[in-house]
Amino acid sequence: MSTRTAAKASWAAGNTIVVVAALIPVLWLASLSFKDPSTIADGSFLPRRWTLANYRGIFQTSLFTRALVNSIGIALIATVLAVVVGSMAAYAVARLRFPGKQVLVAVTLLIAMFPAISLVSPLFNLWRQLGLFDTWPGLIIPYLTFSLPLAIYTLSAFFREIPWELERAAQVDGATPLQAFLQVIAPLAAPGMVTTAILVFIFCWTDFVFAISLTSTSASQTVPAAIAFFSGASQFQTPIGSIAAAGVVITIPIILFVFFFQRRIVAGLTSGAVKG
Amino acid sequence: MADIVLDHVSKRFPDGTTAVDDVNLKIGDGEFVILVGPSGCGKSTCLNMIAGLEDISDGQLRIGGRVVNELAPKDRDIAMVFQSYALYPHMTVRENMGFGLKLARVDRAEIDRKVNQAAELLELTELLDRKPANLSGGQRQRVAMGRAIVRSPQAFLMDEPLSNLDAKLRVQMPTTVARLQNQLGTTTVYVTHDQTEAMTLGDRVAVMRAGVIQQVGAPEELYQRPRNLFVAGFIGSPAMNFLPGTLEDGRLRTPLGDVVVPAEMRAKLQRAGAGRDLIVGIRPEHFEDAALVDGRLADGLTFTAVVEVLESLGADKFAYFRVEGARATAKELEELAADAGTGDAPGSDQVVARLDPASRAREGQQLRLWFDPGKLHLFNPGNGAHLTL
Repeated sequence: MSTRTAAKASWAAGNTIVVVAALIPVLWLASLSFKDPSTIADGSFLPRRWTLANYRGIFQTSLFTRALVNSIGIALIATVLAVVVGSMAAYAVARLRFPGKQVLVAVTLLIAMFPAISLVSPLFNLWRQLGLFDTWPGLIIPYLTFSLPLAIYTLSAFFREIPWELERAAQVDGATPLQAFLQVIAPLAAPGMVTTAILVFIFCWTDFVFAISLTSTSASQTVPAAIAFFSGASQFQTPIGSIAAAGVVITIPIILFVFFFQRRIVAGLTSGAVKG
Repeated sequence: MADIVLDHVSKRFPDGTTAVDDVNLKIGDGEFVILVGPSGCGKSTCLNMIAGLEDISDGQLRIGGRVVNELAPKDRDIAMVFQSYALYPHMTVRENMGFGLKLARVDRAEIDRKVNQAAELLELTELLDRKPANLSGGQRQRVAMGRAIVRSPQAFLMDEPLSNLDAKLRVQMPTTVARLQNQLGTTTVYVTHDQTEAMTLGDRVAVMRAGVIQQVGAPEELYQRPRNLFVAGFIGSPAMNFLPGTLEDGRLRTPLGDVVVPAEMRAKLQRAGAGRDLIVGIRPEHFEDAALVDGRLADGLTFTAVVEVLESLGADKFAYFRVEGARATAKELEELAADAGTGDAPGSDQVVARLDPASRAREGQQLRLWFDPGKLHLFNPGNGAHLTL
């Protein structure tokens, strides 16, 4: 056996281990969601008795469906805002020389490293005073706080890769700075924007800390928070089946999102812009 | 169509460096002017200021009689060809060329007509639906030119548009560019660091050094009457030979021998207030194999040297020889040598002579050479000024 085949085999083995390790909990969750309440604790990997009752159950409770609407709405708005504002900021960081740029970048990084949990109680009080408690903006604002640094960092890396002369060419061709950005720079940074959007969306979609602390009713409760309020048929029964079903349901959008945009993320768009 | 006037234009960067210092240049309507100089001489900054991509610190810039200092690039009605071509990679050739017109809200039929016309002129018709990634270097270069001409702007600005082409295209393209400019008659400012390109292309050439225009003139004028040491050393290939010289009792002592300074030249030197020490410049073609010089032999100076390298190019022969103590020193010469990146740029003690192909010079053998003192250029080693213009 040649060394190349051996290397390939060891890579394949390594990758398989990683993928299996990552997938087992997900598959376990999926399996739980299809199990009948009576067999839920039987320890079998495959359900002995298949049922869709858990899914039917969660979609019949307004707790879950309202939470799903909140989750989608809040995550989408936060993502759009983060990408729009983030790309403007990232563009400035990548392209302009302005006083205080280093400070701005450092502060951004600092915010990203700030432990979210320590903000929860001050925000709780602040939000109640300001009337933001249990509202969509009440969650969107802290999500932006933590996702903007991420967006600015990823996007400025992408902007730096775009040759500056393209923008100058657009300006000489008669574009205003905004037109140059929208028609030349933004399309080229599209892979970066999609990558950023996915990361921000996942962050908002999966957040639990803010969602559980800053909401109280179905007016703004997102799915991760709502799941915590699931109750079983009696108070002695844990609603494991419903939780698993909800878990599967909220994982699906992320999987679709990544599958759909994977090509765009991987494809480099700037080839052929300049010499070489 | 318009003229471009740079009126005492300067550019200072925030860190205090002056990139362009008090430049005055009038570019006539339809004229083809080249800005040439070593890297960092401010020629690209000049061009960017004309385009509006850099602010002007001082002075006035007028295009077609209108002061444009404060105008954004888009309001100056100019087109630019970049060194890297800067084609929009997400657009086809057609979209690239029509982008400016689209921004100007020209209607589609008109855009198509103009793009097709320009594509025909540049032989790009078959490539119109390709993306830049699928084009060769030369094709990309033509698309960049096409994008500029489609808009029929007041002026073309070209920033080293040929320097990324491979050697063969670089020989062909200048002719294409010159023909295109002739055909369209659009005012053109062209930046290059390559003096050969500058000499072959321009109606007029402006030589820049350290942000200052050294001399503006027709190519022949720069070649025959360089105003200073820098222009003399920069223009011409192979470059002018520079030797140290001393003036004593009407005789000029050079490492090649003593020369009686012609009366006319002596008068000019006196008027210029020349000191004792001079730098002597001799163009390679002003040497000749003494064996091939007939009647004029007595008028000039003859000397012998060992030919180190002989290059036979068919129409010419270049003989390189070394002369003891022939290293002339001046700030300008060091700069030129540094820019060329070689020790045997002007200023080293190697001398080159362009000989008639009939010469029997052989490598490693002694050769009797002749030159005419009337063709010498004499420079002030202190400030580099030409003393005998």
